Amino acid sequence: MTGTHDRTEILEHPALHRPEAFTQRGLGWAPWAPPVAEHELTEAQRHALVEASRSSSPYFRLLARDPEALRARTLTDLDIFGNEAGGLPRWERELSAAAASRVNGCVFCASVHARAASRLSGRTDDVQLLLDEGVGARIDDRWDAIVDASSALTATPAAFAPEHVERLRAAGIDDAGIVDQIAGAAFFNWANRLMLSLGEPEVG
Amino acid sequence: MSRDVIDHLAEIPAGSRLDEIRRARPDAREHAQQSFLALLEPTHPGQLALADRYAVAAYVALLHDGSPTPTRAAAFYLELLGDEADADLVRAVRRAADDGRASGPYGDYREPALADEARPGPVAAIDRAAIPAPLAAALEHAHLLVLHPRDARPAALRALVDAGWGADAIVSLSQLVAFLAFQLRLVHGLRTLAATPDGRTDHELQEARA
Repeated sequence: MTGTHDRTEILEHPALHRPEAFTQRGLGWAPWAPPVAEHELTEAQRHALVEASRSSSPYFRLLARDPEALRARTLTDLDIFGNEAGGLPRWERELSAAAASRVNGCVFCASVHARAASRLSGRTDDVQLLLDEGVGARIDDRWDAIVDASSALTATPAAFAPEHVERLRAAGIDDAGIVDQIAGAAFFNWANRLMLSLGEPEVG
Repeated sequence: MSRDVIDHLAEIPAGSRLDEIRRARPDAREHAQQSFLALLEPTHPGQLALADRYAVAAYVALLHDGSPTPTRAAAFYLELLGDEADADLVRAVRRAADDGRASGPYGDYREPALADEARPGPVAAIDRAAIPAPLAAALEHAHLLVLHPRDARPAALRALVDAGWGADAIVSLSQLVAFLAFQLRLVHGLRTLAATPDGRTDHELQEARA
């Protein structure tokens, strides 16, 4: 404890237009702690954003306060969800992320990854059912196995058990695909906690 | 072909099938390790000192356990804490985790149409006689993030500011807890997968894939 820093101002947004429920619409996000101003980003902080376009995002400029952690987080994220070599089809990784976000209650993350799952699979109505009814909504064996495994892993303590592995295998998913499901759901237990606790979603 | 912390915690042998699968996502593997280093062994820890980071990590790992007997991961973080802090603090952190354990996630929604899905649960109150006030506030925030993150509101960050934490430390603390929520689940999932042998024949596997 140095005690020499200025007292941080915590931001409230009384007039924010907040979402009513889970949605596939694009949402904005308003920070409660002050992001680094765009023109004040250091070279290390810009490097940590990975993609230059992210400097317009208050979320990433807030996380830029710990640049090493932000950079490592982002590169973990991009490989889990974007690496197309083997494993689970990308839309099913997005479904794992959306299910975890639905359980934790992260309306912002759920909107981004439900929308991605819809775009990659064309199954917008099935995805909407997950958002509207929650992770208990039943679609088909493979979908349900992924959602149930992701939900169980999201519980604290984690309830992911051999029966989840067996159902994923029975649905035709190999072990590389199961690791993608585990990593996708686990990663959103990271992202959800940041988005839920450092700010809040707004209807843009 | 070095092993990383996740291999160590999940007990994945070099050259095993799971090791091969992890290496097919080389950036995810590498940067999960870099995240660990950035948050638990940073070159410049800033206001959030190493001993504080290990206390938070041990508390978070113990909160993820189903019982007071530490899992391999919780024992690992308790050992890191023991290297940086005295035995009284280690005991106090263990007691705080035993008091704080609950079944998550619970909490209230900000979104009005989700009010029916609210689920009540405990809010941590850490004993300031056993744990210094700034660290106690950090542990209370960690409890919120681990078990009921949808209860987070600006007031939770204000409590950290009131305890003396600056914005950079608040971001590092949040990343630390959130990263561990990822790492501990990945370890749990990999261990569960490794412990579930695939009893099917090659023919059945082909049928399942078809």
